Amino acid sequence: MNIIKTLAVVAGLATALTSFATAQEGSVVGFSQIGSESGWRAAETSVTKQQAEERGIELKFADAQQKQENQIKAIRGFIARDVDAIPVAPVVATGWEDVLTEAKEAEIPVILLDRGVDAPEDLYLTSVASDQVKEGRVAGEWLVEAVGTEPCKVVELQGTVGSTPAINRKQGFEEAIAGHDNITIARSQTGDFTRAKGKEVMEGFIKAENGGADICAVYAHNDDMAVGAIRAIKDAGLKPGTDIKVVSIDAVPDIFAAMVAGEANATVELTPNMAGPAFDALAAYLKDGTEPEKFIITESKLYTPEDNPQGEYDTRKGLGY
Amino acid sequence: MKRLHLERLANPQLLAPAGVLLINWLLFPNFFRITRQDGRLFGSLIDVLNRGAPVAILAIGMTGVIATKGVDLSVGAIMAVCGAVAATMVVAGYPTPVAVIAALAVGIACGLWNGFLVALLDIQPIVATPVLMVAGRGIAQLITEGSIVTFNDPTLIFIGTGSFLGFPMAAVIAPALLILVTLLVRKTAIGLFIRAIGVNRAAASLAGIRSRMLLVLVYALSGFCAAIAGIVVAADIRGADANNSGLWLELDAIPAVVIGGTSLLGGRFSVPMAVVGAIIIRAMNTGILMSGFPPEFNLIVKAGMIILILLIQSPFATRLFTRQRLVPAKAGPK
Repeated sequence: MNIIKTLAVVAGLATALTSFATAQEGSVVGFSQIGSESGWRAAETSVTKQQAEERGIELKFADAQQKQENQIKAIRGFIARDVDAIPVAPVVATGWEDVLTEAKEAEIPVILLDRGVDAPEDLYLTSVASDQVKEGRVAGEWLVEAVGTEPCKVVELQGTVGSTPAINRKQGFEEAIAGHDNITIARSQTGDFTRAKGKEVMEGFIKAENGGADICAVYAHNDDMAVGAIRAIKDAGLKPGTDIKVVSIDAVPDIFAAMVAGEANATVELTPNMAGPAFDALAAYLKDGTEPEKFIITESKLYTPEDNPQGEYDTRKGLGY
Repeated sequence: MKRLHLERLANPQLLAPAGVLLINWLLFPNFFRITRQDGRLFGSLIDVLNRGAPVAILAIGMTGVIATKGVDLSVGAIMAVCGAVAATMVVAGYPTPVAVIAALAVGIACGLWNGFLVALLDIQPIVATPVLMVAGRGIAQLITEGSIVTFNDPTLIFIGTGSFLGFPMAAVIAPALLILVTLLVRKTAIGLFIRAIGVNRAAASLAGIRSRMLLVLVYALSGFCAAIAGIVVAADIRGADANNSGLWLELDAIPAVVIGGTSLLGGRFSVPMAVVGAIIIRAMNTGILMSGFPPEFNLIVKAGMIILILLIQSPFATRLFTRQRLVPAKAGPK
């Protein structure tokens, strides 16, 4: 009797699972990716492929090599093939109306990943992206908590001048430290989001701030610059992570390696998993037409050395960062 | 005799670096302070030498190219390719010397490609070298598979961050290369041949100089120098960054050569002065970094300074300063 009951329950569960899965299984999705200009982008591509495989979605992948015309071509190709949905990571914000209208007329939902577009909102199903201001805020809040009431002179390594992440991550950080007069941004320069420039600018900061003795923390707009800054701090005979705190954004594998070595204090994750929430929203939409929220914001999770940096390093290393 | 000496000192090419260093010192009284830290020299001036080294190394190679009326826009991309080759090879387990030699060989091969386009196919350098400028970065990305290849090989890291007699390795490699190349062009006839091609390639060929061969050689040298710079830069951050290594560095190297008095019209060149030019550009960058200006001003300040330096060195300014001597100076080679 019991066995039959259990079997029935299992069978019921299985049917429930398959019915859930059929909403997506076998669906074909055409993903138009920007290119592979950064490690993060490569990770996003591999995570998207993983997510599709887990859900049994057939993913058609098109690499636009940083060109909008290639993306538009790819999207037209996907429309011609009559795919079930088109996730796009748009390379620029403008010039999408025509092709998105074509997709809409073909009744193929478009999902924007990671970046937004200047087009009417009804042309796409939803947009999955991180909140860059929040990323800066989370980093700032960590620092506020870490220093308490002690005076703290921060040096900032900005991203490329004028780029949206640089502007937003700066703004978020400043919002977080506003009202905490003990924390001041002493110097702020651009490190162009690169390791080499991060190191170079940090060397300058150290010389300018009494051999680094006056610097309490460095805030870098991305992990790569932080990795460069860590090298500069070590070259100056100081201990990164202890003498100068290091907080940055992105959560790439190498910053976890630095955390394992005790040389970085905190990083805020810019998740490469934009596709997961996108596919979830798509599943619900394809199943019964549930309209997802127009702007899905991914979590900006804080990682510190307490969060098993070695494990994070190992899992992320394989993603193509 | 003494007057000649004074005139030499007032040489605008040497006034410029002195001026830039003076401004840095005014902005930053500690600029010239050098201390010893863990057996190595530590200070802003050392930073200038260390950070200026990759541009200086590029400028050494670029001088030869510019002296033949050419230009090599691909050096930044060649840096990325060679850094990627060295990094991926040590990560794959090859011995460091093999990886370094392979990277240098790839650099020379890239230079030979440029030389082939310019000398044998007679394509204008400003059109020929961007081929590799664009493709090179793609090749570098293919080698690194789009990610930053980090390595922990101590020998390779030493090239970027080690020190010799207290000086950073980069600031040792650049002068060594400078001496080698200067000897090459001064103690052999190569310098004269390069000058001849720069002034008039057809005439030089008629006079019996194998101009094609020599052109290929200068581009190969430029590729070789770019390879060294690429290895130094990769070793400095312990990783090969295909997207950013050497990005726009050609645009530092070319002004460095020109500030150093080499004529873009060919024929007149000086390798040591190109290195001085690189140091000027680097000292400017360091000054900007330390000045505390918002980063939005970086490029404007830099552009302003370069214009100022070029103005000081221009024939116009020279005329202005030496107005009392109305005897027209002997016209330089065009």
